Amino acid sequence: MFTSLPGVLFDGVAYGSLLFLMSIGLSVTMGLMRFINLAHGAFAMLGGYVCVVGMTRLGVPFLATLPIAFAAAGLAGAVLERILYRRLYRRGPLDQVLFSLGLTLMSVAGATYVWGSGQQPVHLPRFLLGQVRLLGVDLGVYRLFLVALVAAITAALVLLVRKTRFGARIRASVDDPQASAGLGINVTRVFSVTFTLGSGLAGLGGALAIDVLGLDPTFPLKYLVYFLLVVVVGGAGSIAGTLAASLLLGLFDVSGKYYVPAVGAFVIYGLMVVLLLLFPGGLRRGAR
Amino acid sequence: MSAVLRTDRLSRSWGALQAVRQVSFSLESGARHALIGPNGAGKTTLVNLLTGTVPPQAGDVFLDDERITHLPQHLRVKRGMTRTFQITTLFPGLTALESVLLAICERKGLGASWWRPVARHAPEIEEARRILRDLHLEAEAEVATRSLPYGKQRLLEIAVALASRPRVLLLDEPAAGIPVGESAEIFGVLASLPREVTILFIEHDMNLVFRFAERITVLVEGSILVEGAPQEIAANPRVREVYLGEGGHG
Amino acid sequence: MSAAAAVRLPDRRWHPAEIAFWLGLLAVVFVFPGHLVLGSQVLITGLFALSLDLILGYAGIVSLGHAAMFGAGAYTAGLLARHGWGEPLSGLVAAAAVGAAIAWGTSFIAVRGGDLTRLMVTLGIGLMLYEAANQAARVTGGVDGLSDMAVRDLLGVFPFDLRGRTAYVYSLAVLFAVFLACRRIVRSPFGLSLRGIRDGARRMPALGSPVRHRLIAIYTVAGAIAGIAGALLAQTTQFVGLEVLGFSRSADLLIMLVLGGAGWLYGGLIGAALFMIAQNQLSSVNPVYWQFWLGLLLVAMVFVARGGVVGAMASARERLLGRAAR
Repeated sequence: MFTSLPGVLFDGVAYGSLLFLMSIGLSVTMGLMRFINLAHGAFAMLGGYVCVVGMTRLGVPFLATLPIAFAAAGLAGAVLERILYRRLYRRGPLDQVLFSLGLTLMSVAGATYVWGSGQQPVHLPRFLLGQVRLLGVDLGVYRLFLVALVAAITAALVLLVRKTRFGARIRASVDDPQASAGLGINVTRVFSVTFTLGSGLAGLGGALAIDVLGLDPTFPLKYLVYFLLVVVVGGAGSIAGTLAASLLLGLFDVSGKYYVPAVGAFVIYGLMVVLLLLFPGGLRRGAR
Repeated sequence: MSAVLRTDRLSRSWGALQAVRQVSFSLESGARHALIGPNGAGKTTLVNLLTGTVPPQAGDVFLDDERITHLPQHLRVKRGMTRTFQITTLFPGLTALESVLLAICERKGLGASWWRPVARHAPEIEEARRILRDLHLEAEAEVATRSLPYGKQRLLEIAVALASRPRVLLLDEPAAGIPVGESAEIFGVLASLPREVTILFIEHDMNLVFRFAERITVLVEGSILVEGAPQEIAANPRVREVYLGEGGHG
Repeated sequence: MSAAAAVRLPDRRWHPAEIAFWLGLLAVVFVFPGHLVLGSQVLITGLFALSLDLILGYAGIVSLGHAAMFGAGAYTAGLLARHGWGEPLSGLVAAAAVGAAIAWGTSFIAVRGGDLTRLMVTLGIGLMLYEAANQAARVTGGVDGLSDMAVRDLLGVFPFDLRGRTAYVYSLAVLFAVFLACRRIVRSPFGLSLRGIRDGARRMPALGSPVRHRLIAIYTVAGAIAGIAGALLAQTTQFVGLEVLGFSRSADLLIMLVLGGAGWLYGGLIGAALFMIAQNQLSSVNPVYWQFWLGLLLVAMVFVARGGVVGAMASARERLLGRAAR
C-alpha cells in the first residue's frame, strides 16, 4: 500500500499523541519527586487489559471501557503510591530503579499468568474503522479520533495546571518542592494526586494503544525506553516539553520505520543520543 | 594592600530574582572578612560564584589578578581557593580519616594514582592525622562520617577544606545548626589558622562575627550595602535599619 | 567510646575468609566435576558483575546498559575465532580493547547529566548496539547467533572439553587476575576518589577533583572488563547469541550485584552465583514464576535488606565486634 508523506506524518502524530498520553504522568511525577519510575508502563498495560476484558468478557462497548481503564489504572496507581512508592521518595536512584524494575517484572509475570503471553485482540466499533479523505489525504478514522481525544485531554491538562489552584500547587511543587512545602503546600498530597492522575492517563493511553501498538505482557518493558526518552528529552515536569518530545519521537519513529525499515529502531536511539548531546537538560531547558 | 580575590560587577539571577547584582568587592590577603546580610541577600550565591559552583551571567572574578570567571571549580581549588558548605556536604560512607586523605591526595595530584594502596601512603596519612588532631577529631578518625555527631561533621567540613591547603578559604556558615558552645570551638580553630590563609566567612551570629571578623561586608538584596571595619558597621544606621534591626534571626 | 566500629584503611593483607572463598572456587573442579559448565558461566557472569561493581558500587553510576560492552566483547572474540584467529588469550585482549573503546567513546555522554539521563543513555546505547547486531545479521548471524568458531587450545596445551573443565579453570584464572587488579584499584587513591564521587559528587570539585575525568576512566576500565567477560563466554560456549546485548542481561546483572551487595567486589561474585543457581533450578520449573519471584525479591530487598548478602554479613560482623568490644 502506498502511503503519502502527509499520511505518514499523520500516523506519526497519532503515535506521538499516544506516547504523550502514556508519558505525561511519568514526566510530572519525575519532575515533582525526582522519582525514577520504570514501572510506569505497567499502568498503561493494566489499562489495556481492562479494556480487553471489558469488551470481550463483559461485552462493554469500546468507548465505555476507556473511562474504566482510566479509573482502574488510576486506582492501582493510588494504592501503590500510598503503600509503596511513598516510602522511597527520599531514597537514592538505585533503590528507585530496583524497586520499580521489580514491580515491572512482577507485572509482566502477573499478566502472563492471568492472560497468557499472546497478543490481545481489540475490536474497534465500526464508526472508528476505515478512512476519511481530508484535504486530499487519506486518514485513518481511529487515528483521527486519537489525535482529537489527546488534543482535548491536553487542553484540559493545560487548563488544570494553569487555571486551577491545584495546578498552581503542582507548578510550585515542580519548581521547588522545599520552598513549596515551606509555603504550606502539602507536596506529598500533590504528588499522590498527580501520581493517580498520571497512572490513570497511562491506563487510558494503554487502552487506546492496543490497536496501534498491540498488547501483550511484555508491554511495560517494550515501551519503557520510549516513555523514558520522552521524559528525558522533554524535560521532567513540563507538559509542553513532553508534548513536543512525544510528537518528535512519534514522527521520527513512524517515518523511520516506513522509509528506512532496514535501520528500524536505530532511528529512535540515534535521535535520542543526538538530542541528549544537544540538550543535556532536556528540550525545555535547551530552548531557554 | 593587595587583593587576593576580587570581583568586578558580578551578577547572577535566578529567574526573576536578581540574587547578586553588580557586586564589586575585594578580599585582602590575610583578611578575616565576614559577609553578612539578611536571609536571601545573596551571600551563598556570591560564594558559589566565587568558587565556580555556578557561573555568573555578567562580571568577572579575579584570583591574584588572574581572571578565573569561567575556570572550572576543581581548577580554582588547584590555584588555592576552596570552600565549605552551609549544608554539610561530606562523604557519608567514608571515615573522617579517609575524607581528609581524599583531599590531600587530590591536592598532591595522586587522585588518579591507581596501583599503590592508600594505606601505604604514609606521609599523607600522617598529615591527615595531624589535621584531624588540630580539629579535635583524632578520636573519630576511623568512624564513618554518617555516624559522627553533627558538631563533629561541621569540624570535618573544615578539616577537609584545610587539607587542600587553601590560601583563600570561603566558609559558608561554618557553625550553622550547632549549639553556641560548639560554634565557639569551630571559630577557635579558625582563629588559630596562620595568616597566609585568607578567610571569607558567612555567619548569622553577630557575636561571632564581631569577635572574629576584621572587616565586614553587608549584602542586601544582592548588592553591597556597606563595607568596613566592625566598629563602622556596628555604628552604621543603615545597617542597623536593614539588618541588625531585624534581629540576627536565621 | 563511640558505638560505631572502627573502619581501618584497607591494606594489602588478605582476610582468611577471602582465601577460603578462592580456594573454594578452585575446589569446585574436584568436588562438582559434573557442574563445571554452569560453574564457568557463573564465574563469567561474576566477572561481568565485578565490572559493574566498579562503576555502580564504587563510583555510583546506575547503568541499565552494561551489556553493551559485554556483548561487544563476545562478538569480538567470537568473530575472531570464526575467522581464523582462535587463540583465546589474544582474543581476550582484543575484546578488552573493544569493550574499553566503546565505554570510552560513550562515556562522554554516559557519565554526564543526572541519574535519569545516565540511566537513559546507558539504556539507549545498549539498545542501539542490540539493534545494530540484529541488523548486521550477515556479520553477527542476527537472531540465529554466531557459531562455527574454532577456538584453539588454551596456551596451545589444554583443549576446551565438553565437561567444561578447561573452561572453568580458564574462567577462574581470568576472574582471579582481574579481581586482583580491581582490588588494587579500589584501595588506591583513585579508588578512594571514586568512593568520594559516589558519596558526595557535589563536594568533590571543592577538593580539586576532576570528577568527569575520574568517571570516564573507571567507566572505560569497567568496559574493558565487561568485554573480557563477554569474550570468555564466547570462547567457552563457542556461541554468541543476540541476547548477549539484551536489556535483560543488563537488568539481571544489576539485580545480581545488588543481591550480592554492591561496593565490596565480592558482592557481584556471590550475587551471580546465587542468581544463576536459583535461575537454573527454578526457571526450568516455570520461567514466568521465576520472573515474578525475582521481582518480588527486588521489591522486598529495597525495603528490608539493601546491603545485599555481603552487606548483611558485614553488618552482622560489626554487631558482633561491637558486642565483643563492650
